[in-house]
Amino acid sequence: MSGAPARSVDAIDRRLILATQSGLPLVARPYQQLAEQVGIAPQEVMERLARMLDSGVIRRIGAVPNHYAIGYTANGMSVWDVPDERIDELGARIGALDFVTHCYHRPRKLPEWPYSLFAMVHGGSRAEVQAKVAEIAALLGADCRAYDVLFSTRILKKTGLRIAG
Amino acid sequence: MSEAVSIDAIDRAIIDSLQGGFPLCERPYAEVAEPLGISEDQLLERLQAMLDARVLTRFGPMFQVERMGGAFVLAAMRVPEADWQRVLEVVNAFPQVAHNYRRESDRNCDFNMWFVLATETADGIAAAVRSIEEASGLPVFSFPKLQEYFVEMKLAVRA
Repeated sequence: MSGAPARSVDAIDRRLILATQSGLPLVARPYQQLAEQVGIAPQEVMERLARMLDSGVIRRIGAVPNHYAIGYTANGMSVWDVPDERIDELGARIGALDFVTHCYHRPRKLPEWPYSLFAMVHGGSRAEVQAKVAEIAALLGADCRAYDVLFSTRILKKTGLRIAG
Repeated sequence: MSEAVSIDAIDRAIIDSLQGGFPLCERPYAEVAEPLGISEDQLLERLQAMLDARVLTRFGPMFQVERMGGAFVLAAMRVPEADWQRVLEVVNAFPQVAHNYRRESDRNCDFNMWFVLATETADGIAAAVRSIEEASGLPVFSFPKLQEYFVEMKLAVRA
């Protein structure tokens, strides 16, 4: 797991999270509406959101586009078997590529799953994703012992985090 | 695969301007609308329309459950085609399953169901994995992140 420390969220933060986990209200004064729902002043809603942004409990407040709808109709999860002693250096280089949106070191599950480096690649077509994956393969050179690309072919569920009420 | 939905230049500008840094002020939508040259009402209408059309999957705060003491873990299963629908229903019924994607590779990799488990406590992941294994009768492989190299929204709208 990431080594991020757990930050305490209090009961009011929790109510705010519950009130916004399906989205920010689409009204002119969204924080006012949240304030009424949660039972605190609008200013406190903003202060609490600012604090959660600072501490990283909230990564950002923004829009999550459907990749397919914004033209990235192909997304490939490229997975690589690279030497453990080289993975941090290689991961940093691959993560910095502009077409890689996520890059992680994850455990192998031998014998079924030999791959330890996961890099998500988005593109307008499968061919474009394949070409980008070929760039990664070239960059890895002899450090790549095996790889595969898993294309997402269907979204089966996408609800995001749901905490219990 | 689903086709790209048609969106216009204003929608694209809205999505690009809402990647982060949404203002914390009394009328945040008005503040965002102004540099886009549209009214607050137009912005709200377009956001609602894009959510309805699933151009946007969500608009609001993105929580990092790890920072609240919880955990996000990628997990995968090898589901036989004949059993697909049953297993899909079993897996999706778990509230801990936040996203679930079907994935296929050109090399016939049999890890075909990939989902993200999100739980409020780190212990919750192992419990969810066990419950899904029991309910589905199939092994669940979990892939916790050991190291994250880069995560940032880097995709410009190109539709």
